[in-house]
This record gives sequence, C-alpha cells and structure tokens, in this order.
Amino acid sequence: MGVDVVNAMVLLANFVVVPALAYGSQLALGALGITLVYGILRFANFSHGDLMAFGTMVVILLTWQLQAWNIGLGLLPTALLALPLGIAATIAVGLAADRAVFRFYRLRRSAPVVLAIASVGVMFVLNGVVRVVIGPDDRSFSDGARYLINAREFKSLTGLAEGLTIRTSQVLTLALAVIAVAALFWFLRRTRAGKAMRAYSDNEDLALLSGVEPDRVVLLTWAIAASLAAIAGTLYGLDKSFQPFTYFQLLLPMFAAAIVGGIGQPHGAIAGGFLVAFSEIALTYPYKKFLGYLLPDDVRPAGLLQLLSTDYKLSVSFVILVVVLLWRPTGLFRGRIA
Amino acid sequence: MSGNTRAAIGFGVVAAALLSVGLGQSWSVSLAVLNLCLISAVMALGVNIQWGYAGLFNVGTMAFAALGGLAAVLVSQPPVHEAVAAGGARLLIAAGVACLTAGVVWLACRRLPAGALRTAAVAVAAVVGYFSASAFFNPAVEAIEAVDSSSTGYLGGLGLPIVISWAVGGLFAAGAAWAIGRVALGLRADYFAIATLGISEIVIAVLKNEDWLARGVKNVTGLDRPVPYEIGLQRAEWFQDLVRALHRDSLAGLTETESAALLRQLVIEASGIFVKLCYAGLFAAVLLVVLLLSERALRSPWGRMMRAIRDNETAAEALGKDVYRRHMQVFVLGSAVVGVAGAMLVTLDGQFTPTSYIPLRFTFLIWVMVIIGGSGNNLGAVLGGFIVWLSWIEAEPLALWAVEGLTAAMTPDDPLRVHLVEAAAHVRPILMGVILLLVMRFAPRGVVPETVGGQRRLAP
Repeated sequence: MGVDVVNAMVLLANFVVVPALAYGSQLALGALGITLVYGILRFANFSHGDLMAFGTMVVILLTWQLQAWNIGLGLLPTALLALPLGIAATIAVGLAADRAVFRFYRLRRSAPVVLAIASVGVMFVLNGVVRVVIGPDDRSFSDGARYLINAREFKSLTGLAEGLTIRTSQVLTLALAVIAVAALFWFLRRTRAGKAMRAYSDNEDLALLSGVEPDRVVLLTWAIAASLAAIAGTLYGLDKSFQPFTYFQLLLPMFAAAIVGGIGQPHGAIAGGFLVAFSEIALTYPYKKFLGYLLPDDVRPAGLLQLLSTDYKLSVSFVILVVVLLWRPTGLFRGRIA
Repeated sequence: MSGNTRAAIGFGVVAAALLSVGLGQSWSVSLAVLNLCLISAVMALGVNIQWGYAGLFNVGTMAFAALGGLAAVLVSQPPVHEAVAAGGARLLIAAGVACLTAGVVWLACRRLPAGALRTAAVAVAAVVGYFSASAFFNPAVEAIEAVDSSSTGYLGGLGLPIVISWAVGGLFAAGAAWAIGRVALGLRADYFAIATLGISEIVIAVLKNEDWLARGVKNVTGLDRPVPYEIGLQRAEWFQDLVRALHRDSLAGLTETESAALLRQLVIEASGIFVKLCYAGLFAAVLLVVLLLSERALRSPWGRMMRAIRDNETAAEALGKDVYRRHMQVFVLGSAVVGVAGAMLVTLDGQFTPTSYIPLRFTFLIWVMVIIGGSGNNLGAVLGGFIVWLSWIEAEPLALWAVEGLTAAMTPDDPLRVHLVEAAAHVRPILMGVILLLVMRFAPRGVVPETVGGQRRLAP
C-alpha cells in the first residue's frame, strides 16, 4: 500500500505538478506585463500576446544564427545567450508602439477602451510582422540537454513503477521566473523609480504633484512589461514550441490570471498565473491510473475520470475568470476598481 | 463635406474598384468579392449596433458568426434517422438532466440564505447533475458518432430550405448572446471584452469537438443551395437561349461547330456568373432590410436613448434608464444580425468548417470595418465592410505583385525571393493594423462620421 501511495504521488507530480509549475510561471510572467500596463498605463493591452511572439521570434532567429556558428551553452539551451538581445528588441518595439500609438491617446486622456482598440491595431501589425519574418508554422529552437531527470533513470534509481520526467526547460522556466520576479519586486519596493511607478499606479495626479516624472514611469513600464514578455515567450517556446497563433491564444489565460489575481497587483498576477495553470492541467488530467493506485482493486473506476476533455483547456481560464469576478469582483488581491 | 457626400464618394470608389477587378481579373472574381463584401457589411452592421449605438466592446463576434453557420447545417442537412434512433433519446434525457440541475442550482441560489448550506447544496447538485448527465450523454454521443462516421456520424438537420437557416442563425446567436449577456454584461468594458473573447473561443472549441452536433473538424460539406446549380443552368434551354441572345454578335458568322463550341464555353462562364448574381441579389436584399431597420431604430427615441447611455451612462441611469436591460437589448440584437450574416456566409461557401473561424478574421477584422467606416453610422459600417473586405482580399495579389516586381532581378530560386513570395500573404494583417491605427488617429469618426440631428458629432 505504501508503495502505491508513493507511485500515485509520483504520477501526479509527473503529469500535473511539474508541467503546471512551468506553465504557471510562464503565464505569471506574461500576466505581470499585462497587469503593469493596466495598472500604470490604464488599458487592457491586447497586443501583449503578439509582443511575446515578437520577442520569441527575435530570440529564435538569433539562436539559429548562434547554432550555425556553433556557439552554445552545452547543457543549457542556446536561446539563453540570445535572450538579452531578444529582450532589447522587444523593449524597442514596445517603446516604438507607445511613441507612435499609445502616447497620443494618453496625452488626450482618451477612454481606456479607445486605447484597448488601438492595442488591437498594434496586435494586427505585430502579428503580421512576425508572420512575414518567420512564417505561421511551428518552429523549434530548443537544444542542449533535454532532460534533467528522465523517466527510465528515475525508475531504476527509485525502483518505483512510475517514472518522473523533469525537462531542462521546466527547471529553467522556474529558475528564470523566480529571478525575474524577485528582481521586479526588489525594483518596485526598494528603488526610487519603482516607488514612483507604484505611486503613479495608485494615484496619478498625486504622484504628478509629488514630482514623479510621467515619461520616465511610462518608459520603465514598457521596458519591464516588454522584458517579461520576451522572457515568458521564450520560456514557453522552449517548453512547448513556437507558433504565432498559440501566442495570441495565450492572451486569454494571461488576462484571466491578471484579473483573477486583482488587476494592477503584481503578486496577484503571479497567484493568478499558477491558479489558472493548475486548474487547466488538473481538470484535464485523467485520474484513472492515479485512483487505481489508491483504491482497492474491486472499486476501481471504469472510465478515464477526466473531468474535461483537453480540447476545452481554454475554457477553464474563462470559467475561473467568471467565477472569481462574480464572487469577488476585484480579484483575489483587491485590484484596481475604477 | 456632408456625411452623405462622403458615403456617395466612398461607394463610388468601391464600385470603381469592383469594376476594375472585374475588367482586370475576371467578373467571376469581382462578384465573389462583392458577395463577401455584402456579408461583411451585414456583420459590420451587427457590430455597429453594439459598439456604435451603445458602446459595447464585444470581441466575441466570431462565436455568433459560427453559431449562424451551425444553424445553416442544422436546418438544411437531411436528418440522419439511424443516428437519431441510436442516441437521440439518451441525448434528450441528458439535456433534461442538465436543465434540471441548472434549475436546482438556480432555486438553491434564490431560496437558500447565503452560507455553507447554500454552497454545499449547489456543489452537491452540480456534481450529481454532472455525473448523471454524462452517464446518458457519453454513450449517446458514442452511438451517434458510430453511425457511418466517414460520411455522417452526427444527428443531421431538419432537411429544410437553407434560406430558413438565416433567420434561425439569428435566433441561435440571439439566444447565445442572451446567455452570455446574463453573465458578462455587468462587467466593466475591458473585462467584458476579455469575457466575450473567451466565450467565443469556447464556442469554437465546442463546434470543433462535438462531432455529434455538426461533425466537428470533419466538416459538413455539400450544403443545400438557395440558388440554381451551374450544371442545371448549363443544361437548361432558356439559359442557353439567353446566353445566345446576349452574345448574338460574337456568335454570328461562325460555322455550326465553332459556334456550338463557343456557346458551350460562354454558357459555362455565364452560369457561374448567374449563380453569383443570384447570391448577390439575396445578400443585398438582406443587407437592405437590416440597414433600413437599423436606421429606423437609430433615429427612434430608442436610438436616442442608446446614444445617451453610450455617451454618459451615469446621467442616463439617473434619468431612470435601465442601462443593463438596454445593453442586453443591443447585445442580443447586434449578435442576431451577426448570426444571420454567419449563416449567409456558410450558405455561400456551401460548407461548414469550424477551423476556419479565427478571431483575426471574424472578430477583429469586423471591428476594423466598423471603426474605419464610422462607428455609430449605419451607412458608414456598410461602407467600412466593403472597403475593408476589398482591401483584405486584394492585399495579397497586390503584395505578391509588388514582391515580384521588387525581386524581378533575382533568380527565381533565390532564398530571399522565395521567402518574400511566401510572406506576401501575411502582409494583410499589417495593412489592416496600419489602416486601423491611421483612421483612429487622424479620422477618429471614420470615413462617414456619425450624424446627430443632421449635424456631425464633434470629436470627443
């Protein structure tokens, strides 16, 4: 019995916990960007998914070039070397979009919905640029060691019937996400510029009266949101694969994460990201084998015990969104209400 | 320049563009573009009712278009009696159980005081309902999909003329909009946008995966037609006579065999054009009806109230207008119009392919039409539909032509040239985005601005 429980736990870790931790980190990084833009620039940015796709595209192109030159990081994916330049390019695009599009409406104090529609325009352009440059197809760019622990090794090491697979990309995702989030929180809480950003988010007029420079705050917001977008996109691409359309579809779970956590609240976006990721994966996982280990033979269930077909993954984030909004309209961590 | 002059010029430009496509490419292409322009215009009218009249930011248009398409299948396809016999009864029971569960949950929420008891009651009802409904649903679906799955594997439809489905599509979309509105309309504008975006993705996911309903990704093809078939026309005596009469000059002075061969070719060509003209007539009729009704509604006291709510929700509410119910009305009405257009589109295509519904094409492109045309102005929305569809469809050949001109000096297998030729198709979203941003910035009221009491509205 004891071994069965361990087997069941390993099974769950392998198919639910580890993938959800990685996916949750990717969502959280994306949602952080959305929530920052929403909190400080005050609009729902529909182009965030395509901004991620753009950053990832730059990273992929650089990675291919580095691979052609035989420059790599050994066990780690080459994409890590390309990432800083990818971040820089994404920041440049974010700032260019702000200068060319969003700034005009901000200065006129247009309604948030006008900015949101403008972001749809930016989304179209970025989407087209990505497709023109790299095409609409699946692109793979991961290299280095694929597994940190693979199922066979794990089985022979522990003697268990169930294997645990941990991919390098998953560990890398978690590590990079922790670093990025720690740096962000340190920046927001400890530095003058970060405090200015928080003040601007809380009360724009008061912050301006206190001498906060709005242009600087806007610049920093785009820089941070775009960096997070490039990191999140690259990690998602390494973990799964890169396809421009999938990045557009990530918009929904990322927005759900940001809103569920309380929009405008960075820690809310992180909590929301993991909530959405764990629900998506836990609800679409078939529990037949898992319960098979825990229950006695004669009461074993017949069906797959999958609560929701994987085809309906996207709907999970939406349902969470609606439930949270009805039950607690400001999100888990009191977000911006106005 | 008054709005009407601008509209006249705009439609003149569109007509000239369609004519030049007809002369330059072919009349068949020109009419195909015109048909899609007409359908796009109807969709744009639907979105204009929501955004232009009432300021609802609905980004779920795709779902309503797809539901209209579903109606076309369910109304016009012949029923699959075997499948109905195999799973119909159990499917009905499952639906009954689901409704019962919903009723119990609703009652519990209404009657029980908020607290642990209510939460527990709702949870128990939901879990019991879910498992007992799936006990009937899953075997029913299996049985239905097993019936000759390569050609049917679904319940089929009612076998009625497909034109009826246009109205049914509107009803489907209206029903869905009502249900969605119940959940989402209370939300703030940007949450509402995200919610509708999410729901539209879910609707498409359902259509892709529930094979028993409309064959999912296996598609339903060969739908009924409201217009004659080309083959039938080519064989019809009167049609041959008509073509002969139209081409009397070019047929004259040829030998018997020559003139017969030429006539056969002319008849084949003319039959395609005739079918497209029939479609165009039907679509134009629908467009006119919707346009007239929308215009009447906009000019009525109801329309004035909607604009008041759009421009200042708080003030309208203070004057006793029920904002939620008015929003629900426009949401349902606008979605119904999109549903009608969705059914027309599937009728024109003759097939229902759930994978073809992508947000860029069926949600955001329609939005671009409304904003470019002039939000709040029905004629503007129609014109926007025409302009945007024309440029969307003609952007690809034009980009290809430009690329080939630019790379003419390169060898045909030059990798850069190959890449650029492949990429030409993806120039479309860039073009649309740039047009949208430019119009928003420099002509925020659109090509034909909204008029109120004969005067153009001032920019906000």
